[in-house]
Amino acid sequence: MTRRIWIARSPMPGRGLSAGITLSMLSAVVLLPIGALIWQGAQFGPSGLWDVINRPRVWAALWLSFRLAFLAAAFNLVFGTLLAWVLVRYRFAGRRLVDAAVDLPFALPTAVAGIALTTLYAPNGRLGGLAAQIGWKIAYTQWGIFLALVFVGLPFVTRTVQPVIEEIDTEVEEASATLGASRIHTIRRVILPMLTPAALTGFALSMARGVGEYGSVIFIAGNIPLKTEIAPLLIVIQLEEYNYDAAGAIGLAMLAISFVTLLAINLVQIWSRRRIGHV
Amino acid sequence: MTIRPTFLTLALLAVAPQVHAQDLLNVSYDPTRELYREVNEAFAQSWSDQGHDAARLETSHGGSGAQARAVIEGLDAQVVTLALASDIDKIAEAGKLPADWQARLPHNSSPYTSTIVFLVRAGNPKGITDWGDLTKDGVEVITPNPKTSGGARWNYLAAWAWAEANDRDPKAFVHDLFANVPVLDTGARGATTTFAQRGIGDVLLAWENEAWLAQQELGSDQFQIVTPSVSVLAEPPVAMVDANIKDDAQRELATAYLEYLYTPQAQAMAFAHYYRAWDDSQADPEDVARFPKMNLVTIEDLGGWAKLQPEHFGDGGIFDQIYAGP
Repeated sequence: MTRRIWIARSPMPGRGLSAGITLSMLSAVVLLPIGALIWQGAQFGPSGLWDVINRPRVWAALWLSFRLAFLAAAFNLVFGTLLAWVLVRYRFAGRRLVDAAVDLPFALPTAVAGIALTTLYAPNGRLGGLAAQIGWKIAYTQWGIFLALVFVGLPFVTRTVQPVIEEIDTEVEEASATLGASRIHTIRRVILPMLTPAALTGFALSMARGVGEYGSVIFIAGNIPLKTEIAPLLIVIQLEEYNYDAAGAIGLAMLAISFVTLLAINLVQIWSRRRIGHV
Repeated sequence: MTIRPTFLTLALLAVAPQVHAQDLLNVSYDPTRELYREVNEAFAQSWSDQGHDAARLETSHGGSGAQARAVIEGLDAQVVTLALASDIDKIAEAGKLPADWQARLPHNSSPYTSTIVFLVRAGNPKGITDWGDLTKDGVEVITPNPKTSGGARWNYLAAWAWAEANDRDPKAFVHDLFANVPVLDTGARGATTTFAQRGIGDVLLAWENEAWLAQQELGSDQFQIVTPSVSVLAEPPVAMVDANIKDDAQRELATAYLEYLYTPQAQAMAFAHYYRAWDDSQADPEDVARFPKMNLVTIEDLGGWAKLQPEHFGDGGIFDQIYAGP
């Protein structure tokens, strides 16, 4: 009998204990629930799964959830990176306050965020009222969902990019300038390549968060089937029917699409790392 | 490998409420918050007055379906007081109480009833008087989603009953009705907020008690109640969950609690909280006079929950067909 070594030996003490705790915790909170979901789906059978997923309403909800999560993450990619840049590079009054405020979407219960956003952007709200004057409805449309997803996803990009910006010496930019590069050229060829891997991680986290977001979205979405009904709400609807199989089927579909999306983002990340050759 | 189960057990022990014989958990639905706060206080008093040890009563509120699911999945409720008999039926199917639970207490185990009415903006600008007005062009109707809200199923069935009584095709009528719904909230309180605070919609379909509460809290100068010609008799039932009863003392407490709901004192409280209760002998006459006589259709008239639930609200049922898509 050869004893297989699962985790390579290390000179550091406590390997068994720390690995054991880690694996137990990971199993209890991540692997077991996901395993249970897959098990539920497997028992339901592929044709049963397909019957639930292959309905116009489910496709509409999945398309809506992933499309808006992607758009919101793309928005956060640009503005979250910009925000991180401003927070690291500029000194201004209230910077610490703004820096702390970035984490609020993490801390605030999402239902509170949803209600606050709805109050503000409903047709009789402060900003929603202004938008209504030019005929732009925000709350209870896809714009509302987009807004909620931008809100919950923003810190992911800012917080992953911030430490990388802190690491970049201004000397690098100065060197680029003394070598005759224009400012745009410096940003494109020097700064952005260094930020890209971290920014992509933030993008992926922001998108993953947006896809599964429920609490804040249901308040602002309007929840009209085929128009503003998100996929997580369909899962809740199936659960209300005690229809665990169908709920599991939609959950599995979301899991599969998320997995493929995250894998694609990881591949882009690997590719971008190889291209710039370090980090 | 033995560590993990121990951890899990510890975690569960930390989360599960410690229940003694003199404790009682009542798992209820959303709009009963105010009612049970008062009932619990009065019952605890009368229970101690009868020479028993003081009872610790707790009530949990949430969407009726979600609450039923929590009980099925192990929430240690000795008493359930939900919005729909079909939710308690599901708990019975899970083996936690006998299938004939509804026959154990008077009035189909419903100590109080309610119905569905319209809440419209002050002065009734759209001139809404009955169900037929709700499908007109330009009228926006606010109701929660019947798939996620017990209350909304009553809304839907009331509309259905009106269409049947008026020789309209009920299927086409509910289709047209939901085509006028701009926001489908997941619960009754959410719909009330959308209508009252956000100013969306011309009419809110609501529990009669919610409509009165909203009018009282937000001012009768802003909203008024319209009673349609036909509505449903909503019977939110109560039951003891036998499987969660630890011993005889707790059974006695749970039984007494449910029977207390039928006493003139508790019935008076139900009237005061805008429910249509049965016994008005101790109720404030003003609370009773508030309710206009209405033509109320019962669930049995419509065919009973066992038939209605899958036919209308089941997966692919009539409600789903409204939104079946192209």
